Amino acid sequence: MAGCACTGEKVDSPQDLQLMDLLGHYRGYDGSLIPVLQGVQEIYGYLPAEVLEKVSQELKIPFSKVFGVVTFYAQFHLKPRGRNIIRVCLGTACHVLGNAKVFDRLKDILGVDNGGTTDDLRFTLESVACIGACGLAPCIMINDDTHGRLTVDGLEDILAQYA
Amino acid sequence: MSISKEMRSDIEERYKRNLERPRIVVGLGTCGIAAGGNKVMDAIKAEVAKKGLDVDVDFTSCIGMCFAEPVVEMALPGRASVVYGGVGPENVVQLIESHMVQKTPVAEQAQIQILGGAEAYEGIPAMEKSEYYEQQVRSVTWRLGRTNPERIEDYIATGGYEGIQKALTMDRIAIIDEIKKSGLRGRGGGGFPTGTKWQFVHDAVGDKKYIVCNADEGDPGAFMDRSVLEGDPHAVLEGMMIAAYAIGADEGVIYCRAEYPLAIRRLNMAIKVAEEMGIMGENIMGSGFNFKVRIKAGAGAFVCGEETALLNSIEGQRGMPRVRPPFPAHKGLWQKPTCLNNVETFANVPNIIRKGGDWFSSMGTEKSKGSKVFCITGKINHTGLCEVPMGMTLRDLVYNIAGGIKDGKKFKAVQSGGPSGGCLPTEKLDLSIDYESLGQAGAIMGSGGLVFMDEDSCMLDIAKYFLNFTQMESCGKCTPCREGTKRMLETLERICEGNGVPEDIDNLERLAKVIKTSALCALGQTAPNPVLTTLKYFRDEYEAHINEKRCPAGVCPELLNYTILADKCIGCGVCIKACPTGAISGEKKAVHVIDPTKCVKCGACVPKCKFDAIAKA
Repeated sequence: MAGCACTGEKVDSPQDLQLMDLLGHYRGYDGSLIPVLQGVQEIYGYLPAEVLEKVSQELKIPFSKVFGVVTFYAQFHLKPRGRNIIRVCLGTACHVLGNAKVFDRLKDILGVDNGGTTDDLRFTLESVACIGACGLAPCIMINDDTHGRLTVDGLEDILAQYA
Repeated sequence: MSISKEMRSDIEERYKRNLERPRIVVGLGTCGIAAGGNKVMDAIKAEVAKKGLDVDVDFTSCIGMCFAEPVVEMALPGRASVVYGGVGPENVVQLIESHMVQKTPVAEQAQIQILGGAEAYEGIPAMEKSEYYEQQVRSVTWRLGRTNPERIEDYIATGGYEGIQKALTMDRIAIIDEIKKSGLRGRGGGGFPTGTKWQFVHDAVGDKKYIVCNADEGDPGAFMDRSVLEGDPHAVLEGMMIAAYAIGADEGVIYCRAEYPLAIRRLNMAIKVAEEMGIMGENIMGSGFNFKVRIKAGAGAFVCGEETALLNSIEGQRGMPRVRPPFPAHKGLWQKPTCLNNVETFANVPNIIRKGGDWFSSMGTEKSKGSKVFCITGKINHTGLCEVPMGMTLRDLVYNIAGGIKDGKKFKAVQSGGPSGGCLPTEKLDLSIDYESLGQAGAIMGSGGLVFMDEDSCMLDIAKYFLNFTQMESCGKCTPCREGTKRMLETLERICEGNGVPEDIDNLERLAKVIKTSALCALGQTAPNPVLTTLKYFRDEYEAHINEKRCPAGVCPELLNYTILADKCIGCGVCIKACPTGAISGEKKAVHVIDPTKCVKCGACVPKCKFDAIAKA
């Protein structure tokens, strides 16, 4: 987080330094808002409100517009996210081959609903329209790995690979 | 710097020498990796090292046979290279021993062999004669699965950057004329003639012009752009360079969806090495032409595949479409003339310039020239990526390339063009695949996703699925799309839940017409297509849902009832355990019963019963 909640003082955490670098890199470029937001999310794992305010000031873009862009794109998140992001493909091929059952089973195992994050911040479970691996349907993506030809029974083994 | 004749022949020479060495090549596209390609790669490297073999281990991208992933190619000097399918780390040892050491291919696991002038093996189909490839052409996709996409030398050795070299000696209008002559049309779905678009941007007045590559492939069921970007990134860059030179642009942007990390990585590598070699950048090949390109990663909005929404997104705005006119050709990125084409369109360009427009237009139909890459998925035997000449019939595609419907079931429909397209029935199987024929049938060519369905697929469920998609992805700018798709979806949901009324069909049709004619962009204008085509070709299914409260395909849960057949049930109790809600009861060895008030119709009991005693209707 940018700043320490207990004292209200600004603390230069490694994340804040990365943020300064990022803003320095993009300052003055046209159309930099989305890459900056992507960078912020890379640094903090999500988009903390106070960082968005800073982005708005630094890029001289009204906060309302920043917020508008953040809420428009599915990729941006205003709440903390799990270390591992599971994206369940609900594309046509996956749909036809029964990925809904895989989704239900994952919800059961993790005890979260679509969009939820486990309490230990290990996993966030979401759905995605299509990850473009239809030839391997039904499939899910965990972080950048695609897991295909899934069966409901094999899911726990796959999850175990992610700490 | 430029690529001199000597340099090119030197690179070609080395490339050929490498091909003559004993080689093992693993397919590492996203699909190959998903199927476990990296583990296979590790196993191969370990085994080669252990045996101390003099064998090159390399990787390539996706050859298109998704159904056979992970795919591994093995080659010995002077012999055809054999492509094995379904290779797991466990059979690597045996494959290497047999093929590379004993020099005897494992015919049972071989999918195809690639001759390339070398001596063939008995009992393995040659690529051009195999069921999957015989009717395909490999024009845009030919480097996929054949070269290493992360080595620019492989690209140059196979004719790469010859197109731009030739283009730089040509007059700008002559390049545009060559593209016009080829008959190339936008491969992203719209089908607008590419040469004409270039001409517009060329003629537009502006101190600065842009080239934008639309790599925001978002249609569910479509992954050809991903495959091309991962497998032949330089071809896309070269296509963009030629376009930039022709229209007078010096800057390009590739808008690639963030869900394609491997494509973005390979593109970045390609740009970096091309710049290092002086193929891209300032004063390209000494011609005075400058061109730089950057990648803009999408942020997860389907509507950004629409060209004006995409431009807004590059500018850092919400990705909402603009009102046209003005068209991007006149006022595009930063209000400057902008030429926007899709990945596959750009990838076609280098070949057209190298081989001429006539070569390209010799393939295809009167109005749809060349070839088209399709992703064939769903309930077929061969899912994958295929490239066919325009004008092939759907029947040839299903029964020859795709190997027919899975498990010997009956073909019911094919969905072409994703959420903007439509479902075509058996009667339309003899339709020629081209822009006009598909459009007339109510579907569209779209970007090239074809999802096949068998008799177990409910057409209302499919229509509902797509509407749900467009409704969620509607950006909300214009009312017909934002409200109309939602109302259509609600109607469909009601029908599928068994609460449909006969007027619903008329209402759906009327609403669809209004949305089609009044929505701001293509997303909205085409959103009703899945409903309209299913209404046109599968009206009886709608009627069955509405009037008889019955789902003929047995998909819509609210309309289903599970019962246990007394003559088949032996009372083993397996289904009782499988039922998550405790709806099944019965003594051991006595016929079990399902309590319909407790049954949630999940279907978990059906596959568990070994005696086919559970019926759904």
